[in-house]
Amino acid sequence: MTATTDTDKSVFRLSMLIYDTRYRSLTIQAVALILFMLGVAWLLNNAAENLAALGKPLSFGFLTHPAGYDINQRLVEYTSQSTHARAALVGILNTLLVAVLGCITATLIGVTVGVLRLSKNWIVARLMTVYIEGFRNVPVLLWIVLFMAIFIETFPQPRDFRGADATASMYLGESVALTNRGFYIPKPVFYDGSWIVIAVFVVSLIGMWSFARMARKKQEATGQILPVMWVNLAIFVIPSVLVYFVMGKPIGLDMPVLKGFNFAGGFYMRNSLIALWLALSLYTAAFIAEAVRSGIQAVSHGQTEAAFALGIRPGRTMSLIILPQALRVIIPPLISQYLNLTKNSSLAIAVGYMDITGTLGGITLNQTGREMESLLMLMACYLTISLTVSAIMNWYNESIKLKER
Amino acid sequence: MTNTSYVRTEMLPEKAPPLAQAGAVKWMRENLFSSIPNAILTLLALFFLYKALAGTLPWIFQSSMTADSLGGCRDAIKAAYGEDASGACWAVIRERYHQLLFGFYPSELYWRPILAFVLMLVAIAPVLYDTLPRRILWLTAVYPFLAFWLLWGGSVWLPISIILGFVIGGLAAVYLSNLLGTLGSTLAAILLPILWWMLLAGVFADAMQSILPIGIESVESAMFGGFMLSVTIGITGIALSLPIGIFLALGRQSNLLIIRSLCIGFIEFIRGVPLITLLFVASTLLNYFLPPGTNFDIILRVMIMVTLFASAYMAEVIRGGLAALPKGQYEAADALGLDYWKSMRLIIMPQALKIAIPSIVSNFIGLFKDTTLVSIIGLLDPIGLSNAIRADSNWNGIVWELYGFIALMFWVVCFSMSRYSMYLERKLQTGHS
Repeated sequence: MTATTDTDKSVFRLSMLIYDTRYRSLTIQAVALILFMLGVAWLLNNAAENLAALGKPLSFGFLTHPAGYDINQRLVEYTSQSTHARAALVGILNTLLVAVLGCITATLIGVTVGVLRLSKNWIVARLMTVYIEGFRNVPVLLWIVLFMAIFIETFPQPRDFRGADATASMYLGESVALTNRGFYIPKPVFYDGSWIVIAVFVVSLIGMWSFARMARKKQEATGQILPVMWVNLAIFVIPSVLVYFVMGKPIGLDMPVLKGFNFAGGFYMRNSLIALWLALSLYTAAFIAEAVRSGIQAVSHGQTEAAFALGIRPGRTMSLIILPQALRVIIPPLISQYLNLTKNSSLAIAVGYMDITGTLGGITLNQTGREMESLLMLMACYLTISLTVSAIMNWYNESIKLKER
Repeated sequence: MTNTSYVRTEMLPEKAPPLAQAGAVKWMRENLFSSIPNAILTLLALFFLYKALAGTLPWIFQSSMTADSLGGCRDAIKAAYGEDASGACWAVIRERYHQLLFGFYPSELYWRPILAFVLMLVAIAPVLYDTLPRRILWLTAVYPFLAFWLLWGGSVWLPISIILGFVIGGLAAVYLSNLLGTLGSTLAAILLPILWWMLLAGVFADAMQSILPIGIESVESAMFGGFMLSVTIGITGIALSLPIGIFLALGRQSNLLIIRSLCIGFIEFIRGVPLITLLFVASTLLNYFLPPGTNFDIILRVMIMVTLFASAYMAEVIRGGLAALPKGQYEAADALGLDYWKSMRLIIMPQALKIAIPSIVSNFIGLFKDTTLVSIIGLLDPIGLSNAIRADSNWNGIVWELYGFIALMFWVVCFSMSRYSMYLERKLQTGHS
């Protein structure tokens, strides 16, 4: 092979494009590019021909037409007269809503389960293993439809709350109603003067942060440890509560009340939202638990022993020595689980929760017959979310990477 | 020197350890009640276990197998176990398990999917366990065509003519290398089969069918359903995504700029969108991208999409394995004078794949679970069928029995896959690293 490089370099023969390693890579790339372009051109040409034959050339004009369908779980104003674009926006917000809710609960459950699985308590560790293996090995779609079915079959109907001989009752002092259509929970209402309470609350948050900072500086300078937790708890609670009562309770709760055959008032969480939320959290939590466990196990036992040798107490060993090192291992799979959860939230369409797949990829697509445009936009939405999150994650990984040599 | 009597000459017999330091008591003290919080946790866990078992065990066993509707079940259970007893209605599984397993596949032809499944176990056995005779690998090579023929039926000559294409390619690679050189024979081995499949295979199959009609009753894709559908899609995806994923991973690691960007673009695009959007593409959009008038099977379209989806994830997992391999291995392969493909085949890939085994298998598990998504585009996999069964007026309101059965089937398959990967990891453990 190397003998060919001994030939006169100034002479270029066509066969060198194939047999000379200096040019072969160029040949391969050129051929690959040409084949790829030909393939794409062929696909696009077919698509253009087919769309023209059906009489619906690519156009996004349908987005401005009235949607004509209702969405009963929404975060922004929307009526059936709103446009398809507005429906898509409601869908995106619903996707983000369930994704954020799911990520929070999945992290809480997952971290707890992951730590408990490493517990020395035999029975607790076994129970957690059963939970993890049970949830991981069954499709998430099955969990979603199962939770939805349980919801519909086991919770009482709103009319069961009616009358003197009601078979169902509300919880927490008549403030929460669990029905098979969804949960009705109190909604905060802001009266005049409520902004002062909120402002005080924000100020106390800033106060907590600066006190924690000051305490840390003092500890680093003098070694004296201040009771950060108790002081911060006081800052958190006392000023806001005081102002709240001084201003005459400017923030109230709008309670759900039974009117006719259904509840009115309060905040309505549709059954499909709750089923989806629960299923996604419990399913993803099983994966997060595994990530947490392997992260903690990845920190070598010598670290714990070194900390004990320095006389550091077990709790502080965990928070100062083990966790910072374990987090470096845990965070990347954790983020990719968040992304999976967001992508899995597209299964909402199976239980009728109107996320972006349900609006843009579901009803809008079926009503307008614009498959190409709708699906392109749908994919673009998910791609934007995924790529943004992974860009942030790459940046974070870069910043916490061990700086070696 | 005389024996001094104050030194003991024989060993004392061992004493039994104190009761609290031995056996079950010691184990419980260490593992269940080592501290007060631990004891509280144990009691809570025991209480939870008791509640869970007390709730489910009677429900599972106080059941009815014979009724033909949910109402009938409840009456039968009340008659047998008292007025306020509630139990499972396993009758729904008894009545519908054929459907859950095979969908609407004609019942007199059930032997075909069953035979295909048994042959599949035989065909993958030599891949999974290398102590089995190597001769079975021939069955593994032929199996995909055999399974296709058994499941869809039709003329035997169609799969045979497709196999012939591979045979032509193999012969070209072996016998033309003297005539055309390595490059020429490689090109011939790729082009000749493609020409055969595009131009001659159909003619050959038709001709042979008219001369020698051998065939079995053909079954339409619309009849496919239940676990048979999940397994078919899952196994196809698993078998095809691994090789495609390897090539994508190599492409992403390659130093050819254009190849690398194409691979990165493909992988990141697929990983950025949910599988369900790709399935929507398969069900509504794929026909737009093909020449006008083409319309091919929905199951085939779904298989293509699922395979593409799985290979992007597979590529990332294998790339992880490649990245984890010490650089010295690449350099050693170069130092031995191996060319790119030889060094990949002999040095790099075996080690990278070994590192990646746990993630590869968990990808397989994910893929198999994801086959349930086809129910959303209207295919009748177990979850699609469960919706149909729950809509039936006889079984309206049934939840746990049906979903429990489906979940159990998936659980058994996925759990055994994860156990196998642990076994494989232990077996391939070389001690160091």
